Amino acid sequence: MVMDLVDFESVETAMDAPPVAVLDNVTKKYGGIAALDGLSMALRPGEIVALLGPNGAGKSTAIRLLLGLSAPTSGTVRLFGGDPRNAATRARIGAMLQVGAMPKTLKVKEHIDLFRSYYRHPLSVAEIVRIAHLEGLDDRLFQALSGGQQQRLLFGLAMCGDPEIVFLDEPTVGLDIEARRGLWEQIRSLAARGKTVLLTTHYLEEADALAHRIIVIDKGQIVSEGTPQEIKSRSALRKIRCVTSLSTAQLWALPSVVDVLLEGGTMTVTAGNPEQVLRTMLARDERLSGLEIVSPGLEDAFLALTQGGR
Amino acid sequence: MATHTVTYSTHRSRRAIGETVRIYVKETKYEFLKLIRTTVFSLSVIGLPVMFYVFFGLSNRGHTMDGMDAAKYMLAGYCCFGMIGAALFGIGVGLASERAQGWLELKRSSPMPSLAYLVAKCIAAQGFGVIIVIILAALAVGFGGVHLTATEFAEMIGVAIVGTVPFAAMGLLIALLVPANAASGVVNLVYLPMSFMSGLWIPLQYLPRFLKPIAPYLPAYHLSQLMDTVFGYQEPNASAMAHWVGLLGFMLLMLGLSWGVFHRTEQDA
Repeated sequence: MVMDLVDFESVETAMDAPPVAVLDNVTKKYGGIAALDGLSMALRPGEIVALLGPNGAGKSTAIRLLLGLSAPTSGTVRLFGGDPRNAATRARIGAMLQVGAMPKTLKVKEHIDLFRSYYRHPLSVAEIVRIAHLEGLDDRLFQALSGGQQQRLLFGLAMCGDPEIVFLDEPTVGLDIEARRGLWEQIRSLAARGKTVLLTTHYLEEADALAHRIIVIDKGQIVSEGTPQEIKSRSALRKIRCVTSLSTAQLWALPSVVDVLLEGGTMTVTAGNPEQVLRTMLARDERLSGLEIVSPGLEDAFLALTQGGR
Repeated sequence: MATHTVTYSTHRSRRAIGETVRIYVKETKYEFLKLIRTTVFSLSVIGLPVMFYVFFGLSNRGHTMDGMDAAKYMLAGYCCFGMIGAALFGIGVGLASERAQGWLELKRSSPMPSLAYLVAKCIAAQGFGVIIVIILAALAVGFGGVHLTATEFAEMIGVAIVGTVPFAAMGLLIALLVPANAASGVVNLVYLPMSFMSGLWIPLQYLPRFLKPIAPYLPAYHLSQLMDTVFGYQEPNASAMAHWVGLLGFMLLMLGLSWGVFHRTEQDA
């Protein structure tokens, strides 16, 4: 018998609750290549976790293992303490995967009807339509939906079973800004209702905006893990923006410089020790102007982490 | 002290039978609806045998061949042709593209029983087979001067329902082996020659002599012999049971190979 997890009020207390999904020292090999290499991660109830990484990092593999679509070469995968390959465990989760197309000649309400039937206590059709912002589209064939509407239907299907964990694989691809914000609101309200969300995304802004915790992975291993703020601060890089007559070659030669970019007259130098770099630049170029020093965005921190810095 | 019952929330691993049946029914219903509404599919799968029968079957109205009513003999052949096409295209191509699009993966991540998906596709193909039999039989009786008893008609439907299954299995194997964009081509490459060499279009006795020994190795041949048996038009060299066994063996071979291919891809998946 499995006891339901205790309920909780906020993300803070959720940190003490047992994890709902676990990858424990998981290695997954395709042929000789390890897509995941001794990776361990845990999802705790009520948190939104963003899995961030470049292509081929292993994000999709991790999700597929958690969904029971695949088995690890070594290590264990646990969903609610059980094996995700067991259909009963999957009755408590929902997934939104990157799907090229769904049966085109079925209507929105028919897709929802079919998916709902898989679950013992599904949400009502009206509720699913409301959550996915598909009002008025009930009778429309899938092929007559716009790209954004198709994505929203996929989100609706993920919500059919009123799941405790929702897995979202690049969920806002193809959505316009308004639709993306709408989905973000839905994701936040899922967490507020105690649901757990694991999402993969390439939109670093999205991870920054949504996630309680970001797991950065590359080449099958975790490179960094923490809140968006922690991830940003781990990268000590800062950007110096100015107009200068110094050449890019000269700037590359300076110590602690990791990037130099000349765009439309403005030079952007990214460096680990910006004060030292700036002192040298000011000494060599008295006519330096338009100076600005910028803290790293998540994108820079991410790049630094996945390229191993320099 | 009051006794206090603590209820643990259990997640029963077994659905009630009624719920499972409901899933199978819905899955089948929507699979069928989806196919019928796909004009390209339904028009060609139903239209092609109809067209062939109108040109080659009805035009033989009143003719006999070795004591058999030619239009009736062709009716058997084109019904088989149609139901095999429904299975191979519906499943061979349909499953292949749903797999390639990632749709099948989404369904497998849900609690849907995988068997429901396969059974639904099989029943939908059987449904198309039955529709083809009904239409062709109506054409045969209405315009071909064919005499069809109610028993014969019922038996035709029976052969259509049972005989589609081995070809559904064949479609499954094709879908697992062939990349989605090649599936349609591969199905055509298998389906058309096999139909021809099994005597579905032109009776076997009129085929080039070197092709005749091949026929017994083709499942379509056995299916057409079984359909011919309904009218008493079968070749006398083998019993109906032998043909059923042949089809069964073929189906088991297809399912076995599919299982093997599926497991191999799962290891790599």
